[in-house]
Amino acid sequence: MDQHSLLFQSMVYLAAAIVFVPLAKKMGLGAVLGYLIAGIIIGPSLLGFIGREGEDIMHFAEFGVVMMLFLIGIELEPALLWRLRSSILGLGGLQVIISAAAIAGIAYLVGQPINTSLALGMILSLSSTAIVLQTLNEKGWMGTSAGQSAFSVLLFQDIAVIPMLAIFPLLAGNAAADAAPHSASLRDNLPGWAQTLVVLGAVAIIIIAGRYLVRPLMRIIARTRVRELFTATALLMVVGIAVLMNLVGLSSALGAFLGGVVLANSEYRHELESDIEPFKGLLLGLFFIAVGASIDFRLIMEQPWLIMGLVVGIMALKGIVLLLLGKIFRLSTDQNLLFAFALADIGEFAFVLLSFTSQTRLMSKEMTAMITAVVAISMALTPLIMLLYEKVIQPYYTRSEVKAEREADEINEKNPVIIAGFGRFGSMTGRFLRANGINATILDLDSDRVDALHNLGIKVYYGDASRYDLLVAAGAKDAKMLIIATDHAEQTLEIVRMAQRYFPHLQLLVRAENNEDTFELMDLGVLHIYRETVDTSLRVGVDALRMLGGRAYRSERAARTFFRQDERTLKGLSALRDDKKQYISSMKERIDEMEKLISSDRVKTWLDEGQGWDPESLRDEIRGEKIDEE
Amino acid sequence: MARVLINFAHPALEKSRVHSQLLRVVKNIPGITFNDLYEQYPDLDVDVAREQKLLEQHDIIFMQHPFYWYSAPAIVKQWIDLVLEHGWAYGHTGKALQGKYFSNIITAGGAEQSYQPDGHHGHTVHEFLLPFIQTAKLCNMHYAAPFVIYGVHRQDISDIQEDTVQLKQVLERLRDDKFDLTPLPGLENLRQILQLPAQTR
Repeated sequence: MDQHSLLFQSMVYLAAAIVFVPLAKKMGLGAVLGYLIAGIIIGPSLLGFIGREGEDIMHFAEFGVVMMLFLIGIELEPALLWRLRSSILGLGGLQVIISAAAIAGIAYLVGQPINTSLALGMILSLSSTAIVLQTLNEKGWMGTSAGQSAFSVLLFQDIAVIPMLAIFPLLAGNAAADAAPHSASLRDNLPGWAQTLVVLGAVAIIIIAGRYLVRPLMRIIARTRVRELFTATALLMVVGIAVLMNLVGLSSALGAFLGGVVLANSEYRHELESDIEPFKGLLLGLFFIAVGASIDFRLIMEQPWLIMGLVVGIMALKGIVLLLLGKIFRLSTDQNLLFAFALADIGEFAFVLLSFTSQTRLMSKEMTAMITAVVAISMALTPLIMLLYEKVIQPYYTRSEVKAEREADEINEKNPVIIAGFGRFGSMTGRFLRANGINATILDLDSDRVDALHNLGIKVYYGDASRYDLLVAAGAKDAKMLIIATDHAEQTLEIVRMAQRYFPHLQLLVRAENNEDTFELMDLGVLHIYRETVDTSLRVGVDALRMLGGRAYRSERAARTFFRQDERTLKGLSALRDDKKQYISSMKERIDEMEKLISSDRVKTWLDEGQGWDPESLRDEIRGEKIDEE
Repeated sequence: MARVLINFAHPALEKSRVHSQLLRVVKNIPGITFNDLYEQYPDLDVDVAREQKLLEQHDIIFMQHPFYWYSAPAIVKQWIDLVLEHGWAYGHTGKALQGKYFSNIITAGGAEQSYQPDGHHGHTVHEFLLPFIQTAKLCNMHYAAPFVIYGVHRQDISDIQEDTVQLKQVLERLRDDKFDLTPLPGLENLRQILQLPAQTR
């Protein structure tokens, strides 16, 4: 029994993931394939660490798919979704209908009853959202036209599952309707119009709550400054949506996606993303392992040719349908191939639908087991096929088109500049850049300020910029520059270290509060350091000089000269400080430093010396000549 | 009354002996507009609209400056580059300055005889001023003779006294329309008008 304890199970899964995923990545196979291999190896067919309970785990891990769709939604601006509407409905709709009809037709021709044929057609027409999207993301193909098309089709399929679940009881006949897995749902005992109302109500709840409830809630949570509460809230949101959707009998993945879209414009977007991301990753990994473990090799060994034939046949059929559609929707050849290769597999919804068919006796137990194996194998093959595409097919085509599109996407989504901290300092810089047509992704930790700025129509995201995942979410991988304008020196240093370590390509422009911070930043090798009060104090000095009757131009030059000299002295002191690390510790030493700075403040002297305008020396020379002449 | 504008440029007036002396007088002549460019634009960001408006409001425009390197301090070039816009000052539609008079009030370090074909500098001040003269011409303006004070490196403050008085008189006569302005471009030095008999236009 020990073997089945939660801790032991967790250990097996985690260990399998840690061993096989890096191996798979190292061999260029990708993480998804790594998880699947891990599942196969620890599954009942090989090592047997996990047995039949793999299926339960799969149901649990399907929640990873829900989270993934939430994250996809949150990265998707509603405007983009609207732009994709024709490919979602057109491409997605045609793919599901044609593939389902073709598969059902063939099934009927080989002697299956019409009901079973239709059920098979519907089950097998769907593709795997989890594997396809994960693989596309991993390879960076989401921004390509094939990626966008695949995404549209997958989205439609998620929606299509709902009517399919509704049709299955009809196919099975009334006798089986009681066994429907969603019999607990609110809808079932209601007349048709009320069912529609309940569904619309649930969707409305998600939209309204997303718009008006989440933001104040997040603000309250943010103010508590307890980090894990934030994570808990994010999780609660996704779980809550899933529960609500189950309650009304809708797909929770779809609900989560909708919730994500509603929150896509929220200032907490990046924070939510980075909170959910690790859970999604783990659960999806778990899901893939479970898929791998569920492959029944004994069954495959019994009828290897039939099963492999089914896998190849179904995937080829789906692939051909996809290629035709891609042609109609004007995908270029290489993109069309990627599109077809990606979506030719059978998806995880098939497991859900299959469990349903066996309960309703639409299919025999043997047939269900066989189709399950077919589905699992096709899912496992998908990363391999994509690998084939990447290594063999893609090199044949010039990648210029793919590249151009991808870059454009990145510019749309990610900004070249990230500003950490949008207080009185960062906001000035941000406004200035904005006025000059440079958009910046802004991160700030003050929830009240984020809220106020949001009301002004400025996109500010709540979050701690010293967190790696948040920087990634803010686009640090593609950005050119990180402006660090945070209030606290400790936080600033933390962000600098993080950025230097993980994003060495980023130019760092860093605000420093005082000379001590400046020294620390210099020690870290930061090249662009901005002491926050220097410019202002010198401007006061310039105005004072002018009000005392000084010439404006000279006063300004004096200030600039003074500034340059001060920076130089500071650098000198920094070098000195390196020799004896403890230099700046005591008050007396700080006064020493001040003295050194002041003693180098002879601006007037060299302002005059370095001046080419009416030099005294020239006058002396001319006067000298005159005396000589006389 | 002719409206006279003086655009003054000196980057280090606090060290200047001659111009500070001149300013004491020039700044306070009623009816003459004094525009201190370096004081107005210490960052060299010339306010084009303001400067163009000033030009439109005046008939005779002087650039007053030291004759640095046979030319002027940097801000004068900046001013010319920015203010004399195409389509406003020159070009088919650029008629804003048409018929106005343009000139320089200059202090040169060397003596007058050094600014001769056989002198130390090899050319007259007038010749060196060719870019200003042609600029005025391109902008449909008449270039009047420059007011030149020579040998400022040699002079004691007392020597400038006479130049100051003469400049004041020249400016006042121009202001008061005491002269027919048409012969101005033919003169070598603007102070020559003090020898011309007063006449009303």
